[in-house]
Amino acid sequence: MTKALSITKGIHDWLSSIMSENAANFVEMVLIALVYLGIFAIAGLFLVLIERRVAAWFQLRVGPNRVGFQGLLQTMADALKLLSKELTGTEKADKFLYNLAPYFVIVTSLMALAVIPFTQEFQAFDINIGILFLIAISSIGVIGILLGGWSSNNKFALIGAMRSGVQTISYELSVGLSLLTMILITGTLQLSEIIEVQKNGWLIVQGHIPAIIAFMIFMIAGTAETNRAPFDMAEAESELGAGFHTEYSGMKFAYFFLAEFINMFIIAAIATTVFFGGWLSPFGITESIPLLGVFWFLAKTMFLVFLMMWFRWTFPRLRVDQLLTLEWKYLLPLNLMNIVLMALIVWLNLIIKL
Amino acid sequence: MEETPTETNFKSEEYFINMGPQHPATHGVLRLLLTIDGEIIKKVEPDLGYIHRSIEKMCERDSYQQIVHLTDRMDYLSSNINNEAVCLTVENALQMEIPERVKVIRTIIGELTRISSHCLWWGVMGMDVGALTTYFYGFRDRELINDIFEETCGARLTMNYNVPGGLMFDIHSNFVRRVKEFIAHFKTKIPEYDRLLTDNVIFHKRTKGVGILTKEDAISFGASGPVGRASGYSCDVRKHHPYSALEKVTFNEALKTEGDTFARYQVRIQEMWESLSIVEQLIDNIPEGEYRIATKAVIKLPKGEFYQRVETARGELGVYVISTGTKSPYRLKFRSPGFSNLSLLSHIAVGGKIGDLVATMATLDLVIPDIDR
Repeated sequence: MTKALSITKGIHDWLSSIMSENAANFVEMVLIALVYLGIFAIAGLFLVLIERRVAAWFQLRVGPNRVGFQGLLQTMADALKLLSKELTGTEKADKFLYNLAPYFVIVTSLMALAVIPFTQEFQAFDINIGILFLIAISSIGVIGILLGGWSSNNKFALIGAMRSGVQTISYELSVGLSLLTMILITGTLQLSEIIEVQKNGWLIVQGHIPAIIAFMIFMIAGTAETNRAPFDMAEAESELGAGFHTEYSGMKFAYFFLAEFINMFIIAAIATTVFFGGWLSPFGITESIPLLGVFWFLAKTMFLVFLMMWFRWTFPRLRVDQLLTLEWKYLLPLNLMNIVLMALIVWLNLIIKL
Repeated sequence: MEETPTETNFKSEEYFINMGPQHPATHGVLRLLLTIDGEIIKKVEPDLGYIHRSIEKMCERDSYQQIVHLTDRMDYLSSNINNEAVCLTVENALQMEIPERVKVIRTIIGELTRISSHCLWWGVMGMDVGALTTYFYGFRDRELINDIFEETCGARLTMNYNVPGGLMFDIHSNFVRRVKEFIAHFKTKIPEYDRLLTDNVIFHKRTKGVGILTKEDAISFGASGPVGRASGYSCDVRKHHPYSALEKVTFNEALKTEGDTFARYQVRIQEMWESLSIVEQLIDNIPEGEYRIATKAVIKLPKGEFYQRVETARGELGVYVISTGTKSPYRLKFRSPGFSNLSLLSHIAVGGKIGDLVATMATLDLVIPDIDR
């Protein structure tokens, strides 16, 4: 079940020699989880830094470049500062839910990482319902936002949370349906097999017109899912102060903040896997070196992450009713028609295979 | 069992929100008491007084030269124009002959002030509708104007450049060159503003048909400046009652008839072009001469009432002085454009969403110290 790097195979053999098979599997899973946690806490901080440098670049500024080489340690220092900060909260907050909410958000976004295929070998959990798992997990995060906004006993936070709930529930449909369009070609939900199918050309080429439409819808809906501008209704600092996390401070705030960036990475990673061939190199130029798969995967993902940052620092924010109009009146019908189109293309075998 | 419509436990209820005095969208210490039904605004009540410094009362204590310095602290984004208003009142009351050089320099500085104020407004407008990048673009160009002012009069925000009888100093030798450089630079930047924000489809959706102010309402609420002109009310003091060197220049009054948020936005963008053209017409023809004429150390206005109006970046600023012949006015009243423009917010924002309120407020271009004084 657990595919792992060849390095971990050695560890597995060693563990099996000193304890029973089940115990070895258990210890191994815990170890992998810890490694993932470590990697992505750091990667999240790194993404925050990239966002700040990209924002500075768009905004004619320099951005953080003092702590470490080119500011590489800036976000680490910020995290340390946030760790040492006092956790304040409102007096009449629902303490239990108020404290629980940030963990909902961060845990779900870390869970989704488990199925992301970085290379052929580096994938913690290759289940046969990979896409379904991702969609399911990404919808749990909104519970954290709703709870956080509701329990902190602040009207601005409540409005932010309600907006976020409405938005995520609506745009989930588009995320799911646009991925469903692609599944018509692949015929499987398993992420590693989806990439295998793309050895004959990335799905965005194979599925041509409906695939491009599906990709656009996925990027729009994915940006909305992560509550980022131009869909940052839930935060909307010029309207609601800080939205749902108004009353959070210190590390609890940092969890919300980090989760946003990891979610952005996940959306980009799903798009890479489903539309751009995951760890496959363009035209198979480095197929003989499987380790370079990580490079290709990250290069494609970071390009899509950059695209989302570009949205954020260019577009104004939509209004809440326009947000729902866009989803229910334009994206959803378009999406449904797109699925029919894709079904026709698959049926008539008009897929482009390189 | 027969089916009857059952009452749900979910009741729609209006609730109350305190927007401000510390809130990112109110740009200062304005407090708005909002009554909201879901996202829809039912009632807006502005609550003022958080930055009241009783400037008008202080004026009754001060000499006319000192009053000029107080006006910097009202609408700090058009401080030069405020200074000019008081100086013009005093000069007209004493029937002084002001040198042409002073008039031309005052007009150039006034129009540059207007451009810098509109730059800041544009940046903040973008930020209020969620496009954070505009803020830095606006400030980039505003900085160049501030540099020019700093070189000429030593200050970047509260300039105090005008005094009754002329100017504090003569212009710096680099002034003309740098202003010309700025004009050339800014002509390429306004199209950039358009590309970044004006032509954006989301921005159109957010602003068109939002916060509509009819011409009748604009007149009855006393709206002035770009707010009034966007509703088709021709109220440019520079056109109707020209002062300083404004009689010598030709410019168009930016007028729109839609009266919505987008029209107010367009009027201000148009005004930047017009101000550029005014500066361009004057900058090559600054006459030689005195930059200041001698006044008495203690200025005493003759007995009577005096009124002077000027067009600041926000609208019509009126200075009304009652003098009893002493060194200070008996009563001095500023008619500030922001106050009447704020008063119509509770009229036009009702029925919109919270996002609409923020966008509408951004185009009213409120400066709270100007309203509270």
